[in-house]
This record gives sequence, C-alpha cells and structure tokens, in this order.
Amino acid sequence: MSALNTGESVRKGFNKVVNSYQEALTGFSDNLTVMVGGFGLCGIPEGLIRTVYDMGVKGLTCISNNAGVDGFGLGIWLEKRQIKTMIASYVGENALFEQLYLSGEMQVVLTPQGTLAEKIRAGGAGIPAFYTATGYGTVVAEGKETREYNGRHYVLEPALTADFSLIRAYKADTMGNLIYRKTAMNFNPMMATAGKITVAEVEEIVAPGELDPEFIHTPGIYVDRVILGKFEKRIEQRTVRPA
Amino acid sequence: MALSREQIAQRIAQELRDGYYVNLGIGIPTLVANYIPQGMEVLFQSENGLLGMGPFPIEAEVDPDLINAGKQTVTAVTGSCFFSSAESFAMIRGGHVDLTVLGAFEVDQAGNIASWMIPGKLVKGMGGAMDLVAGADNIIVAMAHANKAGESKILKQCNLPLTGVHCVRKVVTDLAVLELIDGKFHLLERAPGVSVDEIRKLTEAELVVPSDVPEMRV
Repeated sequence: MSALNTGESVRKGFNKVVNSYQEALTGFSDNLTVMVGGFGLCGIPEGLIRTVYDMGVKGLTCISNNAGVDGFGLGIWLEKRQIKTMIASYVGENALFEQLYLSGEMQVVLTPQGTLAEKIRAGGAGIPAFYTATGYGTVVAEGKETREYNGRHYVLEPALTADFSLIRAYKADTMGNLIYRKTAMNFNPMMATAGKITVAEVEEIVAPGELDPEFIHTPGIYVDRVILGKFEKRIEQRTVRPA
Repeated sequence: MALSREQIAQRIAQELRDGYYVNLGIGIPTLVANYIPQGMEVLFQSENGLLGMGPFPIEAEVDPDLINAGKQTVTAVTGSCFFSSAESFAMIRGGHVDLTVLGAFEVDQAGNIASWMIPGKLVKGMGGAMDLVAGADNIIVAMAHANKAGESKILKQCNLPLTGVHCVRKVVTDLAVLELIDGKFHLLERAPGVSVDEIRKLTEAELVVPSDVPEMRV
C-alpha cells in the first residue's frame, strides 16, 4: 500500500529494506488486526513475532493458520495474553490455547483452512466475499447466507484484510519482490497482498535484477518493508526413515 | 479378526489407480502411502502446498522447510512442485484431486461425516477437512466400525458436529468395506474371520447385505 495511505514515514523510492525490527514494526500498536504467515512452525516470521512479543502489544486480532506451539511461534503471544481474537483453522498443537479458549479469555473463530486461504486471497484482490461449498450444513455455515448454484449449496464468506501482515520469505530483492522456499510458502503469498502494511522477514536480500522476473512469487507492489532475519527453523515433528 | 490400522490402509490402497492424484488425511490415511501396488504411480498432494510428497527423509535429508499437513518432515519426489495454500485449496475445492482418504468419528446413511470435533473434549479445529470433503468427488473414509464401548459409528444420523454433508460413498472400517447407495450402506466385504452377524450388530445404520459377502484380501 502507498505510504500516503498509512501516514507512515516515506520510504526511499522502491527501496523497502529496513534495518531494525523496531523500524519494521513502526505503527504496530494495540488492538490491530494482524496476519501472520506460516503453517505450523514452517514459514513463520520468527523475529517479527518475537518483536511484537517484546513490545507487549495487546488486544490483537490475529489471523494465522495455526497458533504455534508452547514457547515458540505464536505460542508466545498466547503466553503473554496478547491476542483477543484468534482466527485460525487448527490450534491443536498448543495446549495453552484450549485453556484460554475454554476460559473465555480469548475468542476463537475456527475457519476451514481452504476458506481461510481464500478469504485472505480475496481480501488482497479486492473481492469482498465469495461462495464456497465448504462448511455447508455444518456449524461453519450458521448465521451465514447460502445460495444454490447448479443444484449445490454454497456459503457466503466475507474476505479478510489486516492492518499488518507479518510474513516470511526466502529471498527478497530491495524492491520487495519475494520468493519462497518449499512448504514454507503456504499462507505467506496471500497475506502479503492483504495487509495494509506488509512486512517481509527474509533469509537473504539481493539487488534488483538478481531474482529472475519470470520466477517471482510475490511482486514487490504488495510489500512495504523488508527485513533480514535469522531463523531457528524449529521442527515440530522430526520424522525420519532408517537410512 | 478386526483389521489393524495397517491392514485398513492396505485395503484402501487397493482403490488406487495408476496416475491418480491423491490426498491423504492424518492418522490411518497416511499409512496408505506404504502400500502402493507394484508398478503403479500415484502422486500425493499435501494441503500445505506440495504436489508430489515422498517418504519421510533419512536423517541427512531433513529440511525444516519441507513438511506435510501433519507437520511431519517429508521429502518431495522428482517432478514435484510447491505452491501457496490458496493454490492448494483451489486444487482441492475445484475437484482436481482424484482420491481423498480421511478418517472419521462417525458417518451416517445420508452420507454425512463427523471428523473434527467432540464437544467438550476435542476442539482443535477442522484444518482442511471440510474443504477436502466438499471438494472431492471420490472420498474413502478410514475408521473404526464401533467405539471401545461397542457403540456403532456407522449411524442413521451423526451425533457429533459435521465436517460435511452428503459426501461419503465408500467406507473401510476394521470390520468391513461399505458403500453408500441410495441412502443405505451396502456391505461389500468383511474382514477375514469376521462374520456378517458381527458386522450387523455393530452397524446402527440400515445395512443391505448381499447373499455373498467376500472377505477382504489383506
């Protein structure tokens, strides 16, 4: 999004690179809606998550496929009670989550994964709502409009956007063009498009022209800030076969 | 003898066809990948953005950026590709996956399936399950025929919160292979050594039993 919309300090032309996590999260405050990339612990913006934790921001509406694990990823936002509402598809890896949900301390909107992905894609693409067969006849459809097309029932689902999208990519050029690595891609590309301010935490930053224009996953138009990160890349379930 | 988890997977693997794109849910369905018939090629789609999921890696191959829908480390076969979650569910919801195998708590004779929530006990979220049952034409459910208390899970009407409606056709349990036709479960096969009577006793739904019910070959 244009810097003019955000009222934030203006970037230099198309150079999106910021040099500190503080700068990366300028304007991040209480009660915002934030999208966080990742599937489980794979492809999460570790440093940005840690920075929000350190800032102690509260009252967040957090949109992410999962809620991390105890002590890592979004699990640390849960520990600090920073999330007011969680929109996710699966939270089973996090024991604290269930406790907060049952006690009413945190609202949870469990959303089918494909619907969540499409809501975010639609949000970034200017589509206000769409119909999907997913969840028709289940609790997911309660209170929602439905419609029949070609003899089948569909549920009307509104799109999602966020004040901030915190994403993780593999490489960025200084103009914000991004590529992702393997299954660390997951929700990051859609979230990149759907945040008013998109911050990409990456493993490597290169000069413009070094990434092949034919193989860019996320065009730089969606990306506002790029920060170089160092990642633990914790594995949730190290599963191997004998050599 | 009731089938083991591996044997249920083995029986389901007999439904695979050469050139199929297949999505396997977590639990028993993942074991299906271990029983691909000789000479047959299938490609496994993983909802988190991989087409061409391979076996678990050897220690030296472990890559934290390469996991499956169950968050386990995996490998990718030659000819595989990676894509976003939106792309993945376009594939799933758009009906492009040839076969989906998933587990369930309950199924009923209207073709409904309950697999994601036990109120008060298990509320972890539905993940991709609802999209998978809504998007797939060809679904096979792998499940226990009855619970530990001997209560049937093949029902006239599901009690638990539904994952999807009117989507179940074929079910493989530890006791039987069932096919839903015109609102009734037909008993196609029984587990070796298991009698039709045993199966009838543990099936609450209407069951159509042909004169001969062969044993599964597992």
